[in-house]
Amino acid sequence: MTYLDSLAYLKLSRWQKFIYKLQCFFVAIPRWFATKFKKLGRAFKNFGIKVANNFVDIWQTFKNGSWSTKVSFLVMGFGCFYHKQWLRGAVFLLLETVFILYMVLAGAYWLSLFGTLGTVEQGIKYEENPFRPGELRPVKVEGHDSFKILLYGLLTLFFIIALIYTWRLNVKQSRICDDITRSGKKIKSSKDDLKSLLDNDFHKTLLSLPVAGIVMFTVLPIIFMVLVAFTNYDSAHNGHSNLFTWVGFNNFNSVLTFGSGMQVAFGEILSWTLIWAFFATFSCYFLGMLVAIMINKKGIKIKKFWRTIFVMTIAVPQFISLLYISNLFATNGIVNAGLMKLGWISKPIKFWGDGTLAKIMVLVINVWVGIPYLMLITTGILMNIPADLYESARIDGANAFQQFAKITLPYMLFVTGPYLLTSFVGNINNFNVIYLLTRGGPFNASWGDVGGYVAGDTTILITWLFGITTNNSNYKMASVIGIMIFIVVSVLSLVVFTIMPANKREDDFS
Amino acid sequence: MMENTELEFSQEAENVVEFDLDMDSHRNEYENIEFDDSDVEQYIKLQEESQIQHVRSVKEQAAEKKTHMSQKKKNTIINSIIHVLLVIMAVVWLLPFVFILFESFRVESTGPAGYIIPHKWGFDNYVRLFKETEFARWFLSTFLIGIFCAVVQTLFILAMSYALSRNRFKGRKFLMNLMLVLGMFPGFLTLILMYTLLEGWGLTGKNAPYGLAILYVASAGMGYYVCKGFFDTISHSLDEAAMVDGATKFQIFYKIIIPMSKPIIIYTILMGFMAPWGDFITASFMSNNDTRGFNVATGLQWLIGETRAGEYYTTFCAGGVVVALPITLLFMFLQKYYVAGVTGGAVKG
Repeated sequence: MTYLDSLAYLKLSRWQKFIYKLQCFFVAIPRWFATKFKKLGRAFKNFGIKVANNFVDIWQTFKNGSWSTKVSFLVMGFGCFYHKQWLRGAVFLLLETVFILYMVLAGAYWLSLFGTLGTVEQGIKYEENPFRPGELRPVKVEGHDSFKILLYGLLTLFFIIALIYTWRLNVKQSRICDDITRSGKKIKSSKDDLKSLLDNDFHKTLLSLPVAGIVMFTVLPIIFMVLVAFTNYDSAHNGHSNLFTWVGFNNFNSVLTFGSGMQVAFGEILSWTLIWAFFATFSCYFLGMLVAIMINKKGIKIKKFWRTIFVMTIAVPQFISLLYISNLFATNGIVNAGLMKLGWISKPIKFWGDGTLAKIMVLVINVWVGIPYLMLITTGILMNIPADLYESARIDGANAFQQFAKITLPYMLFVTGPYLLTSFVGNINNFNVIYLLTRGGPFNASWGDVGGYVAGDTTILITWLFGITTNNSNYKMASVIGIMIFIVVSVLSLVVFTIMPANKREDDFS
Repeated sequence: MMENTELEFSQEAENVVEFDLDMDSHRNEYENIEFDDSDVEQYIKLQEESQIQHVRSVKEQAAEKKTHMSQKKKNTIINSIIHVLLVIMAVVWLLPFVFILFESFRVESTGPAGYIIPHKWGFDNYVRLFKETEFARWFLSTFLIGIFCAVVQTLFILAMSYALSRNRFKGRKFLMNLMLVLGMFPGFLTLILMYTLLEGWGLTGKNAPYGLAILYVASAGMGYYVCKGFFDTISHSLDEAAMVDGATKFQIFYKIIIPMSKPIIIYTILMGFMAPWGDFITASFMSNNDTRGFNVATGLQWLIGETRAGEYYTTFCAGGVVVALPITLLFMFLQKYYVAGVTGGAVKG
């Protein structure tokens, strides 16, 4: 297709413009992929060059370095000691000693078993009694612990990577010291190092504790759980009395094999999760915005009062209102009793007993929960829309709806685009609303009982994950589902970010 | 020189601290847009055109006045409809809380009942709540966890935000991307390992509150977005001026950034304190059905779980009121900081 210049484009009729835009969109897709692949290739190439440069640098450091640098290749920190950087040298040396000790005492053992996750089962073995020859006696065998092997093996790998990095730093440091001595300048003393921790290296001081927490309590557990997805770790293979082992992609196969019970359940739950997240996000978004616009409108009295009422409902911890509402709509709850007293219904409505009704109820109650938040968020942003935009629109004869569609909505979507994504992701993982209202039920779906994993009509992936872990102790499937959630979320984020790059559209409203 | 910096400083501080529910003042932000020549030319041209259009007959003007009147009438009608709608919505939003309050005072029965206004009023449920159940224990442990989180989490987040906002160091982008990717995993997944680890240290079951406190705080650094977004808006010229005067980065952080970030610090503290009250999934997993290790959410859920609802339903309502009251009061007191934080967070993503 040929691209039109802007003048030719403006001459087109509305319909032709639409066709033209559609064409542009489809033509752009292969180009988009091509640029992505090119970028990826370039990234790999750059990475390779970087690694190669590192090796070249190490070799040259060794070749040209002073004898102290050469020694520091083996004894970490020697170069620093030689140049009287006592503190750095001590840290390097300490790290190396600790590492070697750890590897000798424990690390090598865990690493050697990492490939099999343990071979010796816990149990009782018979061996010859040394006191009464010819007689057998039972001896307890401690056996391996797959869980520990997986965990400590992973830790050991972490340590090895960390040591390689420190070693590289140590080599670099020695070389820098050499260079500085050669140029005749003064080398930083230990005192300077300590001082710079509050100045130029202040970020290192600040980051050390939080990042250590994240590595220990998030990175390590997540890598561990990703590894668990490739083992058969469940209640039958708990690692202590029964070893578990690597099984490759078996767990993923059972979820993805078409037509298997697991796949049907997973498909149902995934599609409801996405439907739930979509409606939950956008219903709250638009209704919340509507409420904000209503309160903001000129001529509405006691604005602060209305806002305060909504803000108050945010303050009450969600679980109280959700648990209470869940009981409100129970078969013997107040709503049913009230409706029966009024004579509108003859027997109680089972709000939580019917799949479709429960789904609708969950969505409606989520709107109740979500509107106050959105009202708050959008109020501030609505105020920021330049008033003259509306004024000129009014002069041009735009009615209220046109003003909303042409000014308010685009502006809001532009400003809160990232928020919409976070909110969508938050709803995919919205455990509280679903679990406290229905616990994932009603549990009468035909696909709802697969291999003991009970799932109901309103079960979303995260509540399923919770159930599988707490009720079935089936950790391998739990981590498979966790990875699935990750894949869904990351693909979604990637798509949204590429469709709507914030910097590209920034000029529209500045 | 010095005077100049101080002036800038105070102006900046004013801009930042001013947050309120009425944000009409922000409208003025757009006053300072700069125009270049072509804009001005276009503007003059447009004005000339409009002047031509504005010359109209008297008849037309009269007709316009009439439509204006009807427009005004229409507006009043719309406004009154909106008022009615708002009243209805206020009722719908407040009703459950009024219900729960009424039911907590019901004396004649303890299970769910088909009516709201008690036949007999009394404080029996509140007495039972503290005498018969372990509510006092749950409340205290949640409260202490909240205080602990409010302090430590805030320190972590401030450290993280300052480091990422004001320093350009190697691996910064990597760190931020890593945390973005980590955030895409469901947090619950990490609990499976953490439970086993903390169990080894004896911090689950009846000691679950200690384990919970560690878990909440450990990864707190990942929630740095809102705070960093705020730091980004503080002018860098302040840092530079201080640096010229010989301040270290620690001093800049401690003496300039922190005092200017009062709203966001209060927001972070508020969030840190409130999060443990609403957490269900982690608390339920770590306590492993040991009632001694519950927090208020799992405890109150347990009260009306399974077969206990008939006995403890009104007690649960009383518990809900006891939990909601202090939190709501605190929240109302600090709501303008909450609004500032939430709005900033939504815009920055």
